[in-house]
Amino acid sequence: MPAGSSYAYYPGCTLHSTAREYDVSLRLVCQKLGIELRELKDWACCGASSAHAESRLLGIALPARTLQAAEEMGLPLGVACAMCFSRLKLASHELADGDTLDQVGRIIGRGLGNKATVVHMLQVLDGEREALPIKRTLEGLKVASYYGCLLVRPRDIVGFDDEENPQMMDRLVEATGAHAVPWGFKTECCGAGFSVPRADIQLKLSHRILSQAKAAGADCVSVACPLCHSNLDSYQQVMRREYEHEIGLPVLYFTQLLGLALGFEPRELLLKRHITDPLPVLKARGLA
Amino acid sequence: MKMAQLTPAGTIHPFPRSGLQVFVESQSGQRVLRCYQCGKCTAGCPSAYAMDLGPRRVMRAIQLGLKDEVLASSTIWLCLQCQTCSARCPAEIGIAEVMESLRLLAAAERSRPAERDVALFHRLFRDLIRRWGRIYELGLGALYNLRGRHPFANLGLLPHLLSRGKLPLLPQRTKGASQVRAIFARVRAAEREAPPPEAKEGTDASRQ
Repeated sequence: MPAGSSYAYYPGCTLHSTAREYDVSLRLVCQKLGIELRELKDWACCGASSAHAESRLLGIALPARTLQAAEEMGLPLGVACAMCFSRLKLASHELADGDTLDQVGRIIGRGLGNKATVVHMLQVLDGEREALPIKRTLEGLKVASYYGCLLVRPRDIVGFDDEENPQMMDRLVEATGAHAVPWGFKTECCGAGFSVPRADIQLKLSHRILSQAKAAGADCVSVACPLCHSNLDSYQQVMRREYEHEIGLPVLYFTQLLGLALGFEPRELLLKRHITDPLPVLKARGLA
Repeated sequence: MKMAQLTPAGTIHPFPRSGLQVFVESQSGQRVLRCYQCGKCTAGCPSAYAMDLGPRRVMRAIQLGLKDEVLASSTIWLCLQCQTCSARCPAEIGIAEVMESLRLLAAAERSRPAERDVALFHRLFRDLIRRWGRIYELGLGALYNLRGRHPFANLGLLPHLLSRGKLPLLPQRTKGASQVRAIFARVRAAEREAPPPEAKEGTDASRQ
């Protein structure tokens, strides 16, 4: 995608609350690269992870409202959250059926053509990786790229990358000068929303992922989903208590790593908001 | 009763389709009879260790029309929708979609969920979206703890999240909220008008 491109931007609920640092770092990086993000007006939740568990129709109608707004702007829809991305892609897939399109159009009360294309911001920034104006190379930093589930699956609908061993984030990480470590848990599930009703399961799954990243020699984990981030970052304290195992592996949004390489300061990228402090690792590598 | 019949498509139907199977296939668009029980789904499922029936056994139970067993299982609630099973199924069955259709069936039948807290979480999540148009994390946590009668669950992280400003105290406001409420209402009306097929006990011999 060429520099100077514009996107209808759908942040999704968490980028305006728990994951504000993802929103802020994404905007800084895009600004630097000449990518315009025009946030949708009055956007609402995509319904993940619960609307589609009660009603198939509701699971399509909520994202359809967002698809319609992007269509009206005549721009591709840029999404940063992996869950929103998945719901929007799935809805768009379902709306390819004419009857569903008519019915959902009536439900959202607006003409709907299903014309908006949905892209994840990782795909957009991947398109810039050859021409990044690197100010501070992240050489020496070993990064485990973690994609989680919904960016890559189901492959025929999201059309993202290989669903067992994706490479997109790895090559973007390498473009910053950092080393993307090969490892086996890139697309294992972190436990998603189970951190509330079945914290025991979420903790076990997230702990497994972090242990594997650490065993692969990573200094930090890079993510592209606010829920993955919360599960992997915030819960390390609970893991220490439950498993008597100190992980101490910072988890950053890929946009924060990119922002560092483009010359932004840790303060601007809100690195302090993480619960597992990334600054000691970055300082040890002379990057902060 | 004939035990097997070769259909024009070349697939063997060893049993008449059960009402449960008809429901699942119509809601999920997946062909459950394709499952030949290889077990890759259960092998790769991250939460299978906590389930009473693994995904493979649920697939078999659907083929056999064992509706009560399926709806009473913890499996349909412990499925994380990570889609690993669907990605790896050699018969190309979207097993995660099958699981989702079973949750829809459980909701339609008002069956008692084996995982009460998971079902409660989903319900509260939806209620909050209907109310505010966006999710309200602190409200979700508070309601979950009160309604689920576990007031002290998940409190350990609260000070860390609050001190970093990660949990806004008030819900986000959006002018889209009233439209979202209208969408919920119209979906409900549309579903009352055209409910999904009933998942009857026993089998549908007419398909034989």
